Amino acid sequence: MNAPNKSGWKPEMTVAEDGLHNGPATTTGNRALMLEEPLIFEIGHAETTGVDLPEIDPQASTRLGALKRSAPIGLVGLTEPETVRHYTRLSRQNYGIDLGFFPLGSCTMKHNPRLNEKLARLPGYADIHPLAPQNSVQGALEVIYELGGWLKTLTGMPAVAMSPKAGAHGELCGILAIRAAHEARGDAREVVLVPESAHGTNPATAAFAGYRVEDIPATAEGRVDVAKLKERLGPDVAAVMITNPNTCGLFEKDFREIADAVHEAGGYVYCDGANFNAIVGRVRPGDLGVDAMHINLHKTFSTPHGGGGPGSGPVVFSEALEPFAPLPFVRKHDDGTFELVEEEAREASRGQTFGRMTAFHGQMGMFTRALTYMLSHGADGLKQVAEDAVLNANYILRNLEDTLYAPFADSGPCMHEALFGDKGFENGLTTLDLAKGLIDEGYHPMTVYFPLVVHGAMLIEPTETESKAAIDQFITAIRSIAERARAGDETLKQAPYYAPRRRLDETAAARKPKLAWQEPED
Amino acid sequence: MRYLPLTDTDRSEMLAKIGAGSIDDLFVDVPEVARLDGPIRDLPMHASEMAVERHMKARAAKNLAAGDAPFFLGAGAYRHHVPASVDHIIQRGEFLTAYTPYQPEIAQGTLQMLFEFQSQVARLYGCAVANASLYDGSTACWEAVAMATRVTRKKRAVLSGALHPHYSEVVRTMAHFTGDVIADSAPAIQAEPDLDGLTSRIDEDTACVVVQYPDILGRISDLTPVAEAAHAVGALLVVVNTEPVALGAIKAPGEMGADIVVGEGQSIGVGLQFGGPYLGLFAVRDPKHVRQMPGRLCGETTDAEGKRGFVLTLSTREQHIRREKATSNICTNSGLCALAFSVHMNLLGEKGLRELAAENHRLACLAADRLEKVPGVKLLNNTFFNEFTLMLDGKPAREIVRDLADRGVLGGVSLGRLYPGVEALEHALLVAVTETTTEEDIETLARELEASVKGAVQ
Repeated sequence: MNAPNKSGWKPEMTVAEDGLHNGPATTTGNRALMLEEPLIFEIGHAETTGVDLPEIDPQASTRLGALKRSAPIGLVGLTEPETVRHYTRLSRQNYGIDLGFFPLGSCTMKHNPRLNEKLARLPGYADIHPLAPQNSVQGALEVIYELGGWLKTLTGMPAVAMSPKAGAHGELCGILAIRAAHEARGDAREVVLVPESAHGTNPATAAFAGYRVEDIPATAEGRVDVAKLKERLGPDVAAVMITNPNTCGLFEKDFREIADAVHEAGGYVYCDGANFNAIVGRVRPGDLGVDAMHINLHKTFSTPHGGGGPGSGPVVFSEALEPFAPLPFVRKHDDGTFELVEEEAREASRGQTFGRMTAFHGQMGMFTRALTYMLSHGADGLKQVAEDAVLNANYILRNLEDTLYAPFADSGPCMHEALFGDKGFENGLTTLDLAKGLIDEGYHPMTVYFPLVVHGAMLIEPTETESKAAIDQFITAIRSIAERARAGDETLKQAPYYAPRRRLDETAAARKPKLAWQEPED
Repeated sequence: MRYLPLTDTDRSEMLAKIGAGSIDDLFVDVPEVARLDGPIRDLPMHASEMAVERHMKARAAKNLAAGDAPFFLGAGAYRHHVPASVDHIIQRGEFLTAYTPYQPEIAQGTLQMLFEFQSQVARLYGCAVANASLYDGSTACWEAVAMATRVTRKKRAVLSGALHPHYSEVVRTMAHFTGDVIADSAPAIQAEPDLDGLTSRIDEDTACVVVQYPDILGRISDLTPVAEAAHAVGALLVVVNTEPVALGAIKAPGEMGADIVVGEGQSIGVGLQFGGPYLGLFAVRDPKHVRQMPGRLCGETTDAEGKRGFVLTLSTREQHIRREKATSNICTNSGLCALAFSVHMNLLGEKGLRELAAENHRLACLAADRLEKVPGVKLLNNTFFNEFTLMLDGKPAREIVRDLADRGVLGGVSLGRLYPGVEALEHALLVAVTETTTEEDIETLARELEASVKGAVQ
């Protein structure tokens, strides 16, 4: 094992005689720095507020018609010090990238630079209204245009739609453009083909757009079965949705051949760009025959995940689909001014547009962050990002393949993520047990039980922002847990032991859902 | 390369461990046709913090910030004061840099916050259950229509003409592909919304009626009769709210019989941000509809030691479990915006929200009274909360808005921009007033509007 650092220091774990790490119970239920926190409804009051506003004048005339509220809303308030403390205590029950390593396959949890946050908060970006007169927001339109330019150049695609609000929304955008293109030539098609290993959003998106979904099987080496795919192509197939690099962490070598066959059969190629981080600056999807692809700004381009959103999912389009792209979009005029093209200019520009995906123009707050990140890295830095991300993932794969079952270890190098399975675990121990064991070691678990093509899948994506020392320590930790799983160590079944909560009863939560706070009955 | 911890020494050691001669060996599966040799030439090389800051500040400087001018824009996005502690809390790394809370033992912070958020939204809307948020109000509106078609097994949605045109455009766009039938129109320019006209379009094939409250022109009306008409034929009433602050002063949609209530939460805690990210709110009045809801839901449970805790629940509705049979393809929510909303709402509390609503309304009444006195300007509304419609003589409202911007006043939203080609709306100006508006701002707008309507050039 590599020393964790130059002096070889590491914390020693002391174990009490009974094998437990618990001292006596505390009166408050708190444990030193881990403070338990009630719900706001349990500590707040209807008459408490943390904001100073004028008292209501009961005599004031109103224009509310007969709709004036009489019933209480049922909200509670806290003063500012109580509020800050409430959320600070809650925050400490959360794992975050700032604290440690998030090896989440397919999610690209990289460091979120603080410069992005600082610049997104400039009043010239944060405090402008989406419907402000266009002559008063030229700088904002320029940012949207500039970011779109980066995305087009990095992907080698001629057009971009900036409005989709997230990855899945971007998928919908691409698939609707494909439907509109088929409709425009009077060639209605019903089927979208999706590989077994696809993100759940792919089939859901196709179904949400009114298509029937059919699976494409994978080969033993973890790639799309090209022969089976070609066999299925025909006049009813509208599109194929492929993730590349795929969710097994492999590059789809035959992508170009697949794209040519799909085009030959009159269909279009949708590429799920969730894993763009592995190839940014090194491979242009446009050169592979992609017709539409979304890019998750919250993955490849470092905008924060925020505990689950907001994301941003711009879509790049091939020439064939460009006329059908949604409104609005930003156009640059010869005199250097920028125009936001909305419904009123529809006929004059994208007369065949499939329509509008959202109110206003997309996730501006994410655009400023992503552009800041791109400018920081530049073309050379982004290429290095892909290389380091792929290097880190291969390093993990080769360091763990003798400890964990790696089904595709012989399929060539992995890209940005390494895939393992639960083969060889004893005593009924599962991938979930290993994941929960990792929590005690100070890590967020990897993606588990996805993709579905591997039993008990574990998908590890280190990203480029982990140091070698951090990855070495992670390898040591996961090896030790994998060895315990293979030895059938029953104590893993109760892990985690040291998190703010032990395993939670998800079955009970679903059987009798409690989804909002209720006043206790006396 | 300040974000890349690997050193060249690390890289060589790691390549040796992997058994690769060079980094290129790891990209062997990329076909020749798609390989790039050097960095892409059409893009700049890496830059320091200082240089990037300069670049981005130069662009920001070309925008007129709302806080730097008398400001009266609304139409689905409102400028409210956000207390300083809100931004402090959402920038804590444990919230900002956390992932979706799929591992509940180490995500209780996000999960408890979402449970509190869901409870706040449900109460605000007068509903039983709210979800953990969607992208924004307009996409929430489409999700409500889609859900109504699932619940009722019918395909027709009747949209009020006074629904935000972007919202109806989103619904129309999606419905075109799903085969749902949409009936809608532009709003009639009158003091009272035409609810009879709306209910007369409800028939046996109707899945839902969608009404905005307050509506796009700012008018407020009792929707109980619409709910009754919808329920009489087994249809659902979907109520859309784009200004949550209003609900501190007017009845909750749930009180009027709305089955699904959706809206934009941006007013509370989120800020303008040129249109996004925003916060889609989604709630149902009847708990039996929960399993048809889109998006994430957080629920209460206990851990192995019996301690209370929270988890994402009923996930079998969602795409990562149900794939093509999911209730929606949505995979994320607006987590951080939901946090901002929840913190701000918690600072306001019942008392603060009611006071905030009253202050918005007081200033809006003041503005309406003052602007109505401007020659060539008529107030359309009998009722409003903090936004109303003015009918202007002379030039189209869009030109007046540009004119006002040139005079340093962001004077409102011209309805012509939102309804291109609808002649009756060419002269309508939508004016929003919030607690951030001063009486001096109102006076400035009145003065400049008078000059502009007259066509006088200062």
